[in-house]
This record gives sequence, structure tokens and C-alpha cells, in this order.
Amino acid sequence: MTNQDILSKLPYSKPFLFVDEILQIDENGVEGTYTFDENLDFYKGHFKDNPVTPGVILTEVMAQIGLVCLGIFLVNDVLNKNTAIALSSTDIEFLKPVFPNEKVTVISKKLYFRFGKLKCKVIMKNEKGEEACTGTIAGMIVSRS
Amino acid sequence: MNKEQTIEELKNIVKPYIQNQEAFDVLTEDTDFINDLKINSANLVDVILDIEEKYDIVIDNEAMERMVNVKAAMSIIEAKLSEKN
Repeated sequence: MTNQDILSKLPYSKPFLFVDEILQIDENGVEGTYTFDENLDFYKGHFKDNPVTPGVILTEVMAQIGLVCLGIFLVNDVLNKNTAIALSSTDIEFLKPVFPNEKVTVISKKLYFRFGKLKCKVIMKNEKGEEACTGTIAGMIVSRS
Repeated sequence: MNKEQTIEELKNIVKPYIQNQEAFDVLTEDTDFINDLKINSANLVDVILDIEEKYDIVIDNEAMERMVNVKAAMSIIEAKLSEKN
């Protein structure tokens, strides 16, 4: 499966697609990027006259690249209507603010993928290569047969 | 395998994941992980992985699906341990 195939199988669209590019992917992990468009709606209110990317959005970027892209690669299949994916837990520390127009790189390493649960150690780096966020994220991929 | 000791070991394993303290306090062989202890399905995977680590066994999908309560967990652990020897 090519990186482009994985992107086309993501179950998201604008304004909630937070993956631009997959740089590298294998059974042990994934690395990908996303650039925050300054026109994204949430910047209008977070914060008033002082746009900073919300932590929940940073978490979503880490989950979409680090967990969902890797999950699609691991199950090697399209996420169709018989497959349910769900976030089950996050434990993230936010170290640096991320501003509009910043390009971030997410690096995810698989801790385990067992019984439909994928748990990863995920790091987000900013353009300077500094760690902006770090933590663990887990989710479930379940077939509704 | 000592039954009381195994129940005690299982209590220690499930403790971080339970959402119903009352059911945990009166845990017996018949206690159901999901319906009684309110362990969610994602955390049940961690319970299984912790059991694998504690007893140095490998639990397959079929055994995982049967592992719904304390009694089933004990019988699966016992079976997997006897396979090893």
C-alpha cells in the first residue's frame, strides 16, 4: 500500500482532515506532516485576537497521523462501513505553543496492536525540530460484522 | 494453581481499570469484567496484556473472547500454563 493509498482511505475531510503527507510508514511506526492553515476556523476564537492552536486539535493531528494512518496500514484495508474506529485514550503533554502557518511533524512508534487496540507513543515536532507535544494515544479498530 | 492466590493476583491486575469499586470490593469467581467491574473494551485489552505478562503466557483471539469473567480468566490461565509444561 502506497502512502497515497493510505491518505485516500482516511475517513476525514476538510475542515477536519489533519494529515498532509506521510513521510515514512512501516509496521512499527509512522511519520507524517501537517501545516496549520491560518484560515482554520478555530483560530478566530482560540484565543480572541491571539491565534494559538488548541491542544485538542494538536491531539487530533497526532491521532490522525500517528494512530489512524498506522492503523490503516496495519489492517491493510479500507475503513468501510463495517469497520468502526474510535479513540480510546490519550495522555499528552504540551510543551510548546503551535501557531498558524506552522508545519508540524508527527512521529509515532507502535507500542502494541493486539485484539483491535492500537497504542502508540507519539511525538509532535515543530518546524525548528523542537518537541511541541509528547505522549501516548490508543484507539480501537473493530469490525461490525 | 492456588485459587485464592490467583483471584488476589487478578484483583491486582484489574484494579487500575475498574469503574465500579463496590463490585470490585466483593469480587468473586463470577464477577464479570465488563458488566460488573465496568471495565471498557479498550482497557480489557490491557487487562489481557497484563495477564500475559504476569503469567508469561500468550492469549489468542479465541481465548480473549471467552475471557469475560474471573472464572473464565482463571481457567484460561491454568490451561495456558499447563500447555507450557
